[in-house]
Amino acid sequence: MLWILVFVGFLLTVSVTSAAEWAGGDAIMQDKVHELTGGDYVPWFNPIWEPPSGEIETFLFALQAAIGSLVIGYFLGYYKGRKGAIEEAKKV
Amino acid sequence: MHIAEGFLPHPWWEIWWMVAVVILAYGVFMLKKLVDKRPELKPYLALAGAFVFVLSSLKIPSVTGSCSHPTGTGLAVVFFGPAVTSVLSSIVLLYQALLLAHGGITTFGANVTSMGIIGPLVGWIVYKTLRKAGVNILFTVFIVSTVADYTTYVVTSAQMALAFPASVGGVLGSFKVFMAIFAVTQLPLAIIEGIASVLLFKYLMQVKPDFLSDLKILARGEKA
Repeated sequence: MLWILVFVGFLLTVSVTSAAEWAGGDAIMQDKVHELTGGDYVPWFNPIWEPPSGEIETFLFALQAAIGSLVIGYFLGYYKGRKGAIEEAKKV
Repeated sequence: MHIAEGFLPHPWWEIWWMVAVVILAYGVFMLKKLVDKRPELKPYLALAGAFVFVLSSLKIPSVTGSCSHPTGTGLAVVFFGPAVTSVLSSIVLLYQALLLAHGGITTFGANVTSMGIIGPLVGWIVYKTLRKAGVNILFTVFIVSTVADYTTYVVTSAQMALAFPASVGGVLGSFKVFMAIFAVTQLPLAIIEGIASVLLFKYLMQVKPDFLSDLKILARGEKA
């Protein structure tokens, strides 16, 4: 809980006080390639398919997180319920 | 951590692909052996894989004013070792390459090598060392996850440096350039990843204490 507060506080402070772009590290990496090669490097292969919009990309990212969370939540819930049931059975 | 599609020139993309294919084949072999021999471990596989799925989908803002994401491989390393972890990571990397245009097919080999192979391998070595030294298991999980995450980014920087040596300073000079992107940005994220791994691990210890013996994480008779 404390960690979440620290994180939110940090995010608020920095987003107000700095002009940072919050770009992804992967994109910055591509900029560096341009700098290092003097802008000569052209990616020789393009993604076969790209999400048609930022919204769809966000959707697919959220979907990825949702799938993972679902699986984790399922098993943790199952184990918790199972443990409770075993303890309950022992009492009787 | 993802090298974007087309951003590794010949011969590097082939080299990393070859490394990835060899290790992945071994990983699939080990995974199959594990599932055949001990099918009751499948839920743990699902948990470790799902953890990679969630963590690698989160682009987290960091202190430097840019964003990056954790890898989530630490738990898989502690549960199953690096070979199986490489397979779990490759599923996520394939999802992101095909559906999100994040990473790529040509750079898939390099990304698997950093996130799925060398990061987890270094994490595994740290894990074995700390266990031998008798370090507390939760602290070990924290360190392993943090190290696996951070190493992944060091490897990515090295891969990019090898492919794009600077005109002044060569590979080393260019390594510094790429490391500068991640060195500070990734540190808090690696620590966040370590904490997240420990939280899940600890919770699992509470609700399913026998997972420690199922996965042979604790030696016989050892207490957490």
